[in-house]
This record gives sequence, C-alpha cells and structure tokens, in this order.
Amino acid sequence: MLRIEEIKNSVKKNLRLGNLIPQLLLLFTFVFIIYYFTSNAQTNMASRNISSGFDFLKTNSGFDVQFSLIDYDGSYSFGRAYLVGLLNTLLVSSFGIVFATILGFLVGVARLSNNFLLSKLSQLYVEILRNLPLILQIFFWYFVVLRNLPSTENSFIFLDFLIVNVQGAYFPKFIFTNFNAIFYGLVCAILAIFLARYYSKKLIYERGKSLPVFKISILCLILFTTIFALIGNTDLQLKRAELIQNFGIFNYVGGVKLVPEFLALLFALSLYTSTFIAENVRAGILSVGKGQKEASKSLGFNNSQSLKLIIIPQALRVIIPPTTNQYLNLLKNSSLAAGIGYPDLASVFAGTALSQTGKAIEIIFIVMLTYLSISLIISAFLNWYNHKIAFVEK
Amino acid sequence: MKTNILKFFGSLALLFAFVISSVTANAGTKDDVTKKGSLNCGVSQGVPGFSNADASGKWTGIDVDMCRAVAAAVFGDANKVKYQPLSAKDRFEVLKSGQIDMLARNTTWTLSRDAGLALEFVGTNFYDGQGFIVRKAAKINSAKKLNNVKVCVETGTTTELNLRDYFKANNLKYEAVAFTKADEAVAAYDAGRCDVYTTDKSGLAAQRTKMKNPAEHTVLPETISKEPLGPVVRGDDQNWKDIASWSLYVMIEAEELGVSSKNIDSMKSTDNPNIKRLLGLEGDTGKSLGLAPEWAYNIIKQVGNYGEVYEKNVGANTPIGLARSGSPNQLWTKGGILYAPPVR
Repeated sequence: MLRIEEIKNSVKKNLRLGNLIPQLLLLFTFVFIIYYFTSNAQTNMASRNISSGFDFLKTNSGFDVQFSLIDYDGSYSFGRAYLVGLLNTLLVSSFGIVFATILGFLVGVARLSNNFLLSKLSQLYVEILRNLPLILQIFFWYFVVLRNLPSTENSFIFLDFLIVNVQGAYFPKFIFTNFNAIFYGLVCAILAIFLARYYSKKLIYERGKSLPVFKISILCLILFTTIFALIGNTDLQLKRAELIQNFGIFNYVGGVKLVPEFLALLFALSLYTSTFIAENVRAGILSVGKGQKEASKSLGFNNSQSLKLIIIPQALRVIIPPTTNQYLNLLKNSSLAAGIGYPDLASVFAGTALSQTGKAIEIIFIVMLTYLSISLIISAFLNWYNHKIAFVEK
Repeated sequence: MKTNILKFFGSLALLFAFVISSVTANAGTKDDVTKKGSLNCGVSQGVPGFSNADASGKWTGIDVDMCRAVAAAVFGDANKVKYQPLSAKDRFEVLKSGQIDMLARNTTWTLSRDAGLALEFVGTNFYDGQGFIVRKAAKINSAKKLNNVKVCVETGTTTELNLRDYFKANNLKYEAVAFTKADEAVAAYDAGRCDVYTTDKSGLAAQRTKMKNPAEHTVLPETISKEPLGPVVRGDDQNWKDIASWSLYVMIEAEELGVSSKNIDSMKSTDNPNIKRLLGLEGDTGKSLGLAPEWAYNIIKQVGNYGEVYEKNVGANTPIGLARSGSPNQLWTKGGILYAPPVR
C-alpha cells in the first residue's frame, strides 16, 4: 500500500510542468542519440559494403573447440558455437559459485573462531587472495601450478581413479546398466524423507521430542537406492581413460576429462570470490546482536546449534545482498578465460567467431545481451530468496 | 528549480557538441596520414623476422619494412611510422575502425577477408604455407602420422580453419587448444600442454627460436595450405590501396632491375629507361598516386629492394634461416612467383 502511494506521489511530482519539459527533452535527446548512433553505424557499414545481419549464425563455423559439453565441431553452425561458449561459461560460473560459497562460509566462520591459529590463517587467506588481481591468480594457477604437472606418460594416478597430467585431469566415466531401478529408489527415498519430516514436526508439536531428521534422510537415501539397485540388477561400470601411444606421443582417451584451462579458471575464480564472500559472512555474523548469542547459550544451545539456528538465519539477511554482487562478479570475471584459452562465451564467440566472421556489432550485441540476461536472472533469483528469508514485519 | 533547468540545458549542449564532433569528414587516408605526420601501422605482437621489437623498442622484420616503405613513399622518411602490436583476433576491427592506416601483420589473403570484411589486400609480400612442429622425442616424421594429438593454435587465424580441414580430410583425430596470442600458444606447446604447434612455416621457424631448447623440436615436411601473406588497408580508399600496392611492387621491380639501396645513387646515370622511370628521372609515376616524383627512389634508398629486405629479415643468414632459392619468394625470373606489374 505504502509503495503505491509513494509511486503515485512521485508521478504527481514529476508531472508538474516545470519538471515535465526537461524530462521530455531528456527523453528526446536519449532517443535521438540512440537513433543517431544506429543510423550512423548503418550508413557507414553500407558505404563500406560491410554486410550486417544475423544470417551468419546458421553458417558453418569451420573451427573446432577443445572443450564442449555438447556435440560440436567445425561442421556445426556459429549458433552452435555460441551455445558451446555459453554452456562453458555457465559450467565454470556455476561450479565457481558453489565452491566460492562453501569456501567463503567456512573461511568467514573460521575467521571469527576462538581458535587463534585458525582465525589468523583465515585472515591471511582473505588478505592475500583478495588483494591480488584476478588475472594474475588465473595465470598463477595456469602457468605456475598446472604447467608443472608431469607429462602424459608420467601421469599421477590416484587409486586407479583420478589421472592428472599437464594436459588435464581424467576421471572414469560412470556407466550404469538398469539405471531405472536407482531412479525409482531415489523417488521412494524422497517420499520417505518427506514422511519423516512430517512425522518429526508432528512429534515436536505433540510431545516436544525431536527426531534426527538429517541422519534419517541420509539413511533412507542409502537404504532405498541400494535395495532397489540390488533388486533391479543395476550394474555400475567405471570406464577409465586409456593411455594410447602413437609413436612417441602419449594421450589419454575416454573417461571424463577436465582441461587445465577449466581447472585454472575454476580455482582462481572460486578462491578469489570466496574471500569476498567470507568477508560478507563475517560481517553478517557480527551484525547479529551479541544478546542473541547469549540468549541462545542461556537456552542451552551449543555452539553449532546456536550458529545454525539463531545466528546464521539472521546473518543471512545481511550476507545475501552483497553476496549476490559477488556471484555476478564471478560470472562476469569468468570472461577473463580468454587469457588462458578456456573456450567460454567471450573467447569462443566474441573472440574466435568474431574474428572469423567480422560481424563485430552483431556478436558483441549478442554477447552483451547474454551476460546481461544471466546476471539479471541470478540477481532476480537471489532477490526473491532474500525477500523470502527477510524478517516478516507485522 | 532554475539552476536545475540551467544545468540540464548545459549538459544537453555538451551532449550535442559531442555528437556533432563525432561526425568527421571522411578525407583520404593519405591526407590524414600526412596531416598526422606519421603512418600508424598495425603489426604482430612479436613474430621474429616479420615484425618484432628488440629490447630498445626498435621494430624490425619484413612486415615492418613494408610499413617503412609506405612511410618513405608518403613522407620521404621511412622512420615516420608508429607501430601498433595487434593480436590476430583484433587486427581487422582495429583497421576497420581507423585506428591504424595499414595492417602489415603476416595476414593471409583470403576471399572472405577481402570481400566480406570491406578490406583490401594490397599484394603478397611473403608466400607461406602452414606446417607443424613437434618434439623430436615424439618420433614423428610426417604430418600424416599425427593422430590423437593436441594441437596448440592461435585463434582468429586461417591456421585454425586449415587445421580442421587437414585433420578432417585425412581422417585423423585431434584437439585444438586455441590461444589469443601466438606467444601463449607457443609457451603452452613448449610446456607440454600440446603435442603439436601449428602456424605458417615461416612462423614456425621464427617461434622455434623462442622455445626453451630449439634443437628439441622439428618441423614436419608437409605444407598443408597456401598462405599468401600481405599488407591490408580499408576498402574505401582506392588511392591509398594503390600507394600501398605499388610501394611493394617497386621493391620487387627494383630487385628485378638490379637496383638496390647501395647502388641506387650510381644508377642515376643509367640509360635504362625502366630504371629511370623507377627513380623518377623520367615520366612521373608519383603524380597519379599523389606522391612526390622520387617516391620510389626513397623506398629503395631507405628500405631496400625486396631481396635486401628478405635476406636482412628472414634469409638464410638470419636466426629464422629461410633459404630463398627454391621457395616461391623468388623473382619470377629465377623460378619463384614474385612478379611486379610494370612500373610505367
């Protein structure tokens, strides 16, 4: 109600004549400038015989990309190349956001720990990583750390599971037969978990007893999937990467491969962003009144209970808005990938595709629109979440 | 309120001033260059023999000499050049936007670039072809044996496209690891990230000199593409294109006529009408280009003929060591394909 009144007032104020004329002029100028630049670009491009339009998206790209989540090679279109870049950007950003959040929370909480060594180490972590330019950190991981891994024929092999060398990291591919059974098991487990939650709520209200819901849920998951897998004859095979020798050149083929460019970018983005999130978490926790913690202690909550049930929920209100910014920064910073050759959106589409087609205006427009859309989606989601956990004012 | 309105109109006026000032007349490139007092030439970020800056910031190379030749033609002074190092990815946009007047950056002449990008290739100053370099330890002696390999390549190049064509045509498997800068691609190959590095063969010879241990690597014999490398200008200025083209042609013509930077002054007394025309002593070849009569003299005197430029930068006695005899970069009279249209 209040907001509608406010808007009405502001509209009224803005409609006064003295205000109206400058605003109309501003609008006119704005439209004129946009019109001027578009028509200027059009006439110049026409006079230089530069073709424009988006038809190129359908033509064959002619170049290959080393790391792609979908089927792609040079016989696919530039539109497909865009999709490859977009997915690679989303991949590194989403992993980066998850890791940065986990690390950031741990470090933020650790910084407030009573353990002197732990809190000082966390401080050191934050101060060092936060104050070095991100591109340098990317280079550090790529050129200093990952470049010094052993060559293919001398790879590190951990437990016959993970293979690491200078050309990347290889995990086995999981191949399930009769995967359906596990799926049904999962469905049953989820149903069971819902039931358990419902029952535990009821128990608390009726008898004041609590159930270890989390432990029960884990147990349900393991139990149901195993039983169903056994009944349904599910079989899991690990398909490992195989070493292939071609004259003196060794290569691992097959398995799930993570290229060093991806790893370097992921490490650098997660670590760098985690420091800012850690500071947000620390600020959020410190913003919760001391009395809250004391009250929870006097109610008999232990440290982790008070953190989980009292402090964090209140701190989140302070933590989320600046953390949204960090997520957006991480997404945008992922475009630094071009520096080390990770095929993200900026490097595949605004880089390679642009120089192969020369369609600078169209491509930059598409790429800007894409980053803008993803950013707006992330921020809309977090605004919604922030709104949801905000204090309900009565 | 009043001050607000005043402020508003003030900022409006500023905006208009900005918009109007951005409308500049499209004068000829030659006039622009003359007015600026120097030629802005786009070059590579460091390809020895083609365009490379030494420790003191002095640029040398066959492409750099192309820039110097045009400066000599326009100003009578080959040193009036400002070099702008560009990545393969950025080069055409920078040229199109007018930040440079000419691009001499070992750029391959192709149909889509010539016709699709509104650019004009002025000629070929080096005939090249794409090749591969591998470690000797790989024990591979032919490009046909490259299978399941990782190839480091510079993005935004014809190299990247040829690479795919080659492996596809020969039914071989590969992964292309693409980098924005040639230096990064070479460093990645050198560190073992890739098994193969590919670029034009001249580039392979040049980049090999930068590797940790050049003797550990070997260039495979196959040449998988045609790469006529040449300078590029914008497509909207015929006169400027002619100036750049003929700056190249007179260097080739001078070699054919036996005129070099060393003997050019003694050549002035010659009776050969071709040489006389070249030196601006007979007729006026500069007039139709809008240049001084001695424009070609200045090029040859200050930069040299094509043979001199070649031997100085990439010839057998340089670290690049590309022997000229037997290569296409030889005069047509000596079995090569360098052929300048008549200067008359």
